[in-house]
Amino acid sequence: MAALDFANQLKAKFGDLLSEPVEFRGEITLKVSDAERITEVCEFAKKSLGFNMLLDISSIDNYGEDPRWTIVYELYHMEQKSHLRLKTEVSEEKSESPTITTVWRTADWHEREIYDMMGVRFRGHPDLRRILMWDGYPYFPLRKDFPLAGKPTDLPEVAFTRPAPLEGGPFVTVPGGKDALAREPRVRIPQTESVATISRLERRDDVRAAHEPDAPQPNTAMPKQ
Amino acid sequence: MATTQEITFRDAPSRIAAADASHVGDTEGQLAEAASEMEGEKMVLNMGPSHPSTHGVLRIVLEMDGEIITKAIPDVGYLHRGDEKIAENMTYTQFIPYTDRLDYLAPLANNVAYALAVEKLMGIDTKLTPRCQYIRVICCELARVSAHLLGLGAYAMDVGALTVFMHTFTEREKLYNLFEALTGARFTTTYTRIGGVSRDTPPGWVAAVRKFCDEVVVNFDESETLLTRNRIFVDRTRDVGVISKEDAIDYGLTGPNLRGCGVDYDVRKAHPYLVYKDLEFDVPIGSVGDCYDRYLVRMEEMRQSVRIVRQCLDRIPGGADNEGKEPVNIADGKVTLPPKNKVLTSMEELIHQFINVTQGVNAPVGEVYFGAENPKGELGFYINSRGGGTPYRLKIRAPSFVNLSILPHVLPGHMMSDVVSILGSFDFVMGECDR
Repeated sequence: MAALDFANQLKAKFGDLLSEPVEFRGEITLKVSDAERITEVCEFAKKSLGFNMLLDISSIDNYGEDPRWTIVYELYHMEQKSHLRLKTEVSEEKSESPTITTVWRTADWHEREIYDMMGVRFRGHPDLRRILMWDGYPYFPLRKDFPLAGKPTDLPEVAFTRPAPLEGGPFVTVPGGKDALAREPRVRIPQTESVATISRLERRDDVRAAHEPDAPQPNTAMPKQ
Repeated sequence: MATTQEITFRDAPSRIAAADASHVGDTEGQLAEAASEMEGEKMVLNMGPSHPSTHGVLRIVLEMDGEIITKAIPDVGYLHRGDEKIAENMTYTQFIPYTDRLDYLAPLANNVAYALAVEKLMGIDTKLTPRCQYIRVICCELARVSAHLLGLGAYAMDVGALTVFMHTFTEREKLYNLFEALTGARFTTTYTRIGGVSRDTPPGWVAAVRKFCDEVVVNFDESETLLTRNRIFVDRTRDVGVISKEDAIDYGLTGPNLRGCGVDYDVRKAHPYLVYKDLEFDVPIGSVGDCYDRYLVRMEEMRQSVRIVRQCLDRIPGGADNEGKEPVNIADGKVTLPPKNKVLTSMEELIHQFINVTQGVNAPVGEVYFGAENPKGELGFYINSRGGGTPYRLKIRAPSFVNLSILPHVLPGHMMSDVVSILGSFDFVMGECDR
């Protein structure tokens, strides 16, 4: 159980900065409570423990929760063949975390991608530009409050976007919807004016709220008996 | 009279020395000195996004000093479709067709990697039926042969050897016929399902694969005759685009590009999934890390893939056409679809079918990372689940994306014409890079 040993060594070095190692499906995850010190932890993991490869950096948008952003680092130890996951959280007001490009150069493009997709900035990054979208694109498309269909943008002479016509498309699942009806991928309220559509779905506030941004917010109070 | 010309292959240490000498980007050689004298004469050249050797839509902004590249800025994203956003909005099974379109030269391998990632999340990756595991390994290795054949053909064509492309494409055509027989589609296979595959091998398929294995090795020999000791090919690739072991690991390179640098890392050996631990195969590694080594590694990998496929064909549980009636999918109605005849007659199977199709498999809360050895490198899926049938966040670790990030480090110091061989030797796919 090499990964757990490494996690304990990290824990011994940094103490309360790291959470207790969590194991799920044979993978060890450590949470770094202060994002400002992630560089230090990574530096130690690479220099002293020998995690010579950074496989990936992902970001999660915990929309509606605080702190909003989670950054996930996948470390790999090539000699011991062991994986280790580090996680840290960044608040929405701050939306900034120190870069780890000084530790692994591969972090360069991963951090640019996170900045591009989620809008979390990395302090000290040598060249923090958008990478998949174009310079001047105004939104961060992987945020949970960015609609699946997209938003209209126009940057003259460069590029423009139009919302994708999702009507009839098979993919309007609401992630984490509270029940089968809300999660059902093909559920949608027909957006036609010619046909009266007073269906069972339209009376469900949470389904409407998920599909129409302007609809009234779901009523969470208990229904009257 | 045809004469044979001897090519002297220098041993690895002297090749490294020669490569260092020709590398003006990071040594203070005479060329670099000459370059500084010519300051102010730099030219910016746009390569791509539509250029034959960028294999899709990669754009590189090259800052040139005469013929020498002084700075390279890759620009990716022209093929960005928002796959990760799409994945958050559909069930796990519905996303399988999208994985076809990542590395579109090896869709079967992507299908397998994605299915295994979801199965790892659900804790059923070790419960797959033996026959399913063997079929998946055959798929992965055939996909590897298919991807490397194209990568090799295009690489050779980029550096001027047009014939190889025709040769390798003949074999790929046969492979596509096999894929069509197996999955129903030549290109967008969508073959795997969570907990199994969409259908068992059709009658006669195993025999057809065996026949293909015998034919394709002849083709490898022919291609190798055309390239390995071809003076032009060797001159254009040897000591070009040298990457050191340390740089390769630091930049997160994986797959043949990493092994070409002499790092012995193959996910199939380091973390065996499916039945790879029972199969015999070697992992070829390079010595110098130049374009020529990357070519040699790919060539040998295809032979090893054929070796793996042959072992699987011999051992596949249930026999060639499943005379032994081995199950293919996990017999759990909550994961895989129940048999159709039962759906229409039995209440429980009907419910399973309905829930499976409308809500998807019910994954637990948790997060996993699963990496598989794909033709281009380690294709990883990080899945963060909050329960239910859709992922809360699905991150794709695309090997091409990571492999390309080393370009600003490798290209400077090379001639303009070397860019073509370096790009060819990297064998990237923009569909995967841009997601």
